Amino acid sequence: MIIGVRSNVKEDNPASLGIRAQSLSVFAYVSVYVMVKVFQAADATDLVTELRRSFDDGVTRGYEWRVTQLKKLLLICDNHEPEIVSALHDDLGKPELESSVYEVALLRNSINLAVKQLKDWMAPDKVAKTSLTTFPASAEIVYEPLGVVLVISAWNYPFLLSIDPVIGAISAGNAVVLKPSELAPASSSLLAKLLEQYLDSSAVRVVEGAVTETTLLLEQKWDKIFYTGSSRIGRIIMMAAAKHLTPVVLELGGKSPVVIDSDTNLKITAKRIIAGKWGCNNGQACISPDYILTTKEFSPKVIDALKQELEAFYGKNPMESKDMSRIVNSNHFDRLSKMLEEKEVSDKIVYGGQKNRDKLKIAPTILVDVPLDSQIMSEEIFGPLLPIITLNNLEECFDVIRSRPKPLAAYLFTQNQKLKERFALTVSAGGIVVNDIAVHLAVPTLPFGGVGESGMGSYHGKFSFDAFSHKKAVLYKSFIGDAAIRYPPYSTGKLRLLKALVNSNILEIFRVILGLS
Amino acid sequence: LSWDSQLNICSDSLSLSLSLSPVNPGCFLRKRVRLSAMAKVFEAADASNLMTELRMSFDAGVTRGYEWRVSQLKKLLVICDNHEPEIVSALHDDLGKPELESSVYEVALLRNSIKLALKQLKNWMAPDKAKTSLTTFPASAEIVSEPLGVVLVISAWNYPFLLSIDPVIGAISAGNAVVLKPSELAPASSSLLAKLLEQYLDPSAVRVIEGAVTETTLLLEQKWDKIFYTGSSKIGRIIMMAAAKHLIPVVLELGGKSPVVIDSDTNLKITVKRIIAGKWGCNNGQACISPDYILTTKEYAPKVIDAMKQELEAFYGKNPMESKDMSRIVNSNHFDRLSKILEEKEVSDKIVYGGQKNRDNLKIAPTILLDVPLDSLIMSEEIFGPLLPILTLNNLEECFDVIRSRPKPLAAYLFTQNQKLKERFAMTVSAGGIVVNDIAVHLSLPTLPFGGVGESGMGSYHGKFSFDAFSHKKAVLYKSFIGDAAIRYPPYSRGKLRLLKALVNSNLVEI
Repeated sequence: MIIGVRSNVKEDNPASLGIRAQSLSVFAYVSVYVMVKVFQAADATDLVTELRRSFDDGVTRGYEWRVTQLKKLLLICDNHEPEIVSALHDDLGKPELESSVYEVALLRNSINLAVKQLKDWMAPDKVAKTSLTTFPASAEIVYEPLGVVLVISAWNYPFLLSIDPVIGAISAGNAVVLKPSELAPASSSLLAKLLEQYLDSSAVRVVEGAVTETTLLLEQKWDKIFYTGSSRIGRIIMMAAAKHLTPVVLELGGKSPVVIDSDTNLKITAKRIIAGKWGCNNGQACISPDYILTTKEFSPKVIDALKQELEAFYGKNPMESKDMSRIVNSNHFDRLSKMLEEKEVSDKIVYGGQKNRDKLKIAPTILVDVPLDSQIMSEEIFGPLLPIITLNNLEECFDVIRSRPKPLAAYLFTQNQKLKERFALTVSAGGIVVNDIAVHLAVPTLPFGGVGESGMGSYHGKFSFDAFSHKKAVLYKSFIGDAAIRYPPYSTGKLRLLKALVNSNILEIFRVILGLS
Repeated sequence: LSWDSQLNICSDSLSLSLSLSPVNPGCFLRKRVRLSAMAKVFEAADASNLMTELRMSFDAGVTRGYEWRVSQLKKLLVICDNHEPEIVSALHDDLGKPELESSVYEVALLRNSIKLALKQLKNWMAPDKAKTSLTTFPASAEIVSEPLGVVLVISAWNYPFLLSIDPVIGAISAGNAVVLKPSELAPASSSLLAKLLEQYLDPSAVRVIEGAVTETTLLLEQKWDKIFYTGSSKIGRIIMMAAAKHLIPVVLELGGKSPVVIDSDTNLKITVKRIIAGKWGCNNGQACISPDYILTTKEYAPKVIDAMKQELEAFYGKNPMESKDMSRIVNSNHFDRLSKILEEKEVSDKIVYGGQKNRDNLKIAPTILLDVPLDSLIMSEEIFGPLLPILTLNNLEECFDVIRSRPKPLAAYLFTQNQKLKERFAMTVSAGGIVVNDIAVHLSLPTLPFGGVGESGMGSYHGKFSFDAFSHKKAVLYKSFIGDAAIRYPPYSRGKLRLLKALVNSNLVEI
């Protein structure tokens, strides 16, 4: 059974869950069977009760179940790639290559890694040394599933950002509810359909919906909430989680800066920035380059190189290119238009600026030296606009970045080794990439997650498993070697000896204790 | 979901809950009034000035270097070395804590914790090298442990030194500026902490704010980079709500009703000794990992009770109310709370040992109860005192359901010599931590993360985990300009798509 409904009626939103599609110009992807009933408070309660029962019965705990579910996810990727590509095209006009590579292939890698590593991940960590105080003993850290968890995902990479956390939740042995974003309705509906069809519905469920459904879900007591989206909603999620002491992972965004040193390979730099900005969902990505910092002197060269490569990538008329996503909906289109049309901003466009509200297309647009207090420099752009801020010398980039909320990513292009190291060590961001954009996302040995305004917690690879596990400390002691000095009545002699014991590691003390015991 | 209204509610309930603290915290306390601290009231402007100053120090890089961290840690060690008698005395004032407990479970544990940090800090600070994948080749990657910024530690009254300084060790080790708010319910300790930290540590980056609800509320309005709270789950919720407003990650070290399961296949004498030492011998049950209730079989319970009685008498004498080897109850509020749960109907008649109390000297004797109702107060809230109910089961197997039906505790204990039972318990019982055949000692193992799950909290610390709790694990990927492949870039062709998919999906050899 599919619980819930994608509501067509856009309710008046209590200024919380945000910008929503009014009417998708593209087409209405309505799967009739999902529309059967409205998701209500009782449904949310029943849902969690059912999943809690499965969890308590141990359904999700075993290695076999986890692997089976992961393999089913792999089957989804293998058997349904064309439908996924098509849903992403419906929702975002996403080019096939982007959908295949950045959503399906990344997921496939992620699943393959989990299947391969799961036994290792699940094995308790033996803790090498127990201290003298607790001798004789052995200790380990056991990875314990948290229970029933909620994943609330985003519209920009609706498959990757939905299934990747679900991989972590399943790997760690949890029951999981996924709430895909209502702003990518074709993807949401396909996710609901495929997960219902392939996965164990006693422990993995999809609830489609918007504000109402999310609010009802958030009232339940989850063992973890994993949210991908904006910092504004992130606060609301955490507030709701606090009521039940539910830990959260918040994968948010921010204005990720790109610093370009003049000592760089400018051609490759420009290519990589374009691929990471417009080539990743047309700037609608949480780790998208948000603005460029470079010197006044070097900026004309940067602009020329960007123009040249943009034309090589997307042709003379980028509005016609099939190789770029469109803007997700008219609300976001209007938000971006407003940003672009602001006073002292619109006259700073040096490239692009074309837009077409009917097709929800905005051309790659570069601006130079917009005011720092403009909207475009105050909020996350999340679209195809790229302002360049020029500095008297590159050194100033450190202060500019530090004076702003911590971004999800910070990028630097340079061949200067000292600058690389200094940037990596001192610039605070979720992650740092030197000489490329966004590719750290594809390295499963690196934790992916924000800091400060860009979020808390991390995932990918083993970190996903960890995000959905409780690391339980386990200490086994034996009954031999029980020393009387631990116990009252306390004498001065006991105090002295116990202090010596606790404070030192010396073998002599240890012998004394054994003598005493 | 409007969080304005929620925050109002939350500060109301903060006042509500924190105002339970007595106006006059106890008649036994030596007056330890520091004039400087009393000179003025802590106001909103003070909180924001404090934050501004510490932020300035952090931004100026004061706290980042290895040298600063080490120098501050060494100062903390000097505090332990030079001021143990004053610490013991403050703990005696606040809690009547025996010298051995103060010396061993507060000062010595801190000393160990500091020494470990000093020894390991270079290793902890070094970036972790990470393997890179083909997709990003050629590249190198590492995980850099980055200080979070300016952090707040709100600690508790039961182990006021350990629970204050141990998180501060983590905060300093990780290179943060830190504000400590000790508990106002242990005023002598709070005052001594303020004095010593002010005297020894770098005031540009480490501060102590003493106070109660007002001060805490003002502090919680600031934008910290992490809040580390030790206390109750009720206040934990309020802390997390306040933190949500600024997207501040939290560590919540809470408590819960930690069960002790006793199998009949055990060394009963050592079992009861360890339970007594872990319950009454650790601040008289006023500890977050204190045994809260015992589960054993109907059949075995009489033996457990007999053994407990015998060892309690060996430890504390015929009249435990006179023993110097046990803390008192922290204050009259808590005394009254404990009295109330003890005097409840169908509970008071279940006392099989102890039960004596004296409100004038805030003493309650070690008290054992047998088969109190499951819905009684004593079985509903965390006891946090010298009362210990024993629940009997038809067979030990039932213990798993009893524990699972309740909120997840901070610790779960099992005494048995049965290897299978040990393993099953360790694998399937959910709790912050598990100890088999002892009580509370996992706390002293720095290689184990210490922290709760569910109602018993989130996040963990101790040893390297303390450093991690106050660090951001920053992913860093270095790429070179060589090996730039055109297939990454538009215009996209069929061939590019096929090749790129093959590249992403496979390993080096196949390509």
